[in-house]
Amino acid sequence: MSATTNGAPLLEVRGVSKYFGNVVALKDISVSVGAGEVTCVLGDNGAGKSTFIKILSGVHRHDEGDLLVEGEETHFGSPREAKERGIATVFQDLATVPLMSIWRNFFLGSEPTKGSGPLKRIDVKTAQGIMRDELRKMGIDVRDPDQPVGTLSGGERQAVAIARAVYFGAKVLILDEPTSALGVKQSGVVLRYVAQARDRGLGVIFITHNPHHAYPVGDRFVILNRGRLLGDWRKREISRDELVKQMSGGAELDALEHELQRVLDTPVS
Amino acid sequence: MTSAHPPSAASAPAGPAPPPVPVADERLANISTAARLLRRPEIGALLAAIVVAIFFWTQNSLFFKLDGIANWTDVASTIGIPAVVVALLMIGGEFDLSAGVMTGSAGLMLGVLATEVGMSIWLAIVLTLAAATTVGFINGYMVMRTKLPSFIVTLATFFILQGVNLGVTKAITNQVTVSGIDTAAGYESANSIFGGSFWSPHDFRLSVLWWIAVTAIATWVLARTRVGNWIFGVGGDANAARNVGVPVMRVKIGLFMTTSFVCALTGIMVALRLASTQAGQGVGEEFQYIIAAVVGGCVLTGGFGSAIGAALGATIIGMAFIGIQFSGWNTDWRFLFLGVILLVAVLVNTYIRKRAEGARR
Repeated sequence: MSATTNGAPLLEVRGVSKYFGNVVALKDISVSVGAGEVTCVLGDNGAGKSTFIKILSGVHRHDEGDLLVEGEETHFGSPREAKERGIATVFQDLATVPLMSIWRNFFLGSEPTKGSGPLKRIDVKTAQGIMRDELRKMGIDVRDPDQPVGTLSGGERQAVAIARAVYFGAKVLILDEPTSALGVKQSGVVLRYVAQARDRGLGVIFITHNPHHAYPVGDRFVILNRGRLLGDWRKREISRDELVKQMSGGAELDALEHELQRVLDTPVS
Repeated sequence: MTSAHPPSAASAPAGPAPPPVPVADERLANISTAARLLRRPEIGALLAAIVVAIFFWTQNSLFFKLDGIANWTDVASTIGIPAVVVALLMIGGEFDLSAGVMTGSAGLMLGVLATEVGMSIWLAIVLTLAAATTVGFINGYMVMRTKLPSFIVTLATFFILQGVNLGVTKAITNQVTVSGIDTAAGYESANSIFGGSFWSPHDFRLSVLWWIAVTAIATWVLARTRVGNWIFGVGGDANAARNVGVPVMRVKIGLFMTTSFVCALTGIMVALRLASTQAGQGVGEEFQYIIAAVVGGCVLTGGFGSAIGAALGATIIGMAFIGIQFSGWNTDWRFLFLGVILLVAVLVNTYIRKRAEGARR
């Protein structure tokens, strides 16, 4: 396992469970991501991916298990706290404001300023320059910083969100279905951004329902099914075909039946 | 901040990691100055203002004599001051239907405090502005807490204020007017700042200077301050803004408070000038503010627009109201004009924006 200076993964959950009333949303999930590593969390609709993201990003609190940031046990009280610990979440549709320009989007909420008192103002030149540099690092050449983000392609919009998270000090990047709304070519572009973020030393948790998107960039693969961990493989332990097979049923159907029965039989706390 | 420690060998498995070669997007290559200009929200309003100005000028050459200009800037300013803050609110993604009646409420409160209670005008102004800001806070707080559309919440405020205006005014004065404000202490000094005129003999209204100031400040805030960026953000996508740490609730409530405050200020200007206020003052004007903002490029769904555009929209309305009078036509036609200009503006703005943004969202 790739490790940070103190030997622990950047972000790790151990045996985490989450209940909504008498619904078991997540049960006994253990996942980790280290620096320069991509952990793919796969699962179909209703597998618990969204709940999982929300626990990692501080929107929900987990009911059981441990959440560790660089080896230290943590409870996030709010998304802001998670962000302060270097965990940035890029939500698929909620990442950017379409009508705002690229640089305004990039710095929304964290605008650099100059001057003081009533003359305190956004340092537009600096902001535009930084935005341009950061996007160039991701391989995007922005000609017109005033261009509205809505005119960018879906992949480029994700890139802006990713570049922003990286610039503002994220150590772990959680990407929520970044490719699900995109075409084949655009998905490839986003996967390249994921690889770039990884190569810059970030830990990436890549949530997707598409094993074909996960396999090329992933180092570890975790499959969620109905709130439970169906499997956890390192890349060398599983082939693309096996991953696809695991995702789409096959062996797990029997287990599923068992599980369902158990869920129905167990009285829920 | 961006110190990228290189990944260790163990953690760098085979994967597609091509070097970041900048991808020049051929679709971005041809951004002409014209397209850049067309992307400005206020460009439509500017063109419309020029057309309207030329039209009324051909009808009556007095229109662009100084006396004529003093006339229509007077009308434009009392619409324009509230329209500019209504535009800010609309960019922030909200409406305030109580904006018009608020000018009346402010005038009446000022009048009652100054004449019936016998306060000095200055104290009455301070109390009136404080009360209006409180109403704005309640508007904003209710919208944010209930998550109801601001359209409904402020419609309720509109009728509540209208009822209070009529009821309280009648109960106190036995009339539908509060008059004699000019007899209160401090009237002269207050009027010389809020209500009077300058540059005799043309007598431009002081409200014109206020209008220019409010427009300049709003433009500065929108274009160059963090709050301005947040206003665009909360209007364009409140969730995205919240996700990156923008205090959405504070921004929106602040916008409602600013709107009520500035509308009350406008009401005070009108009340001081006329030395009286009618109980029905301001009712229906909220739509003129919204029309001015929309003509100026504000999008009804929020996130796009400009303060200068709203000021230009108000200019068009002011020119039309006075131009129709100057041309010797029945002034009832001004409503027809308002309707037509609104429709044309929305169509043109939508078209321009689609062209400028490549029709892709």
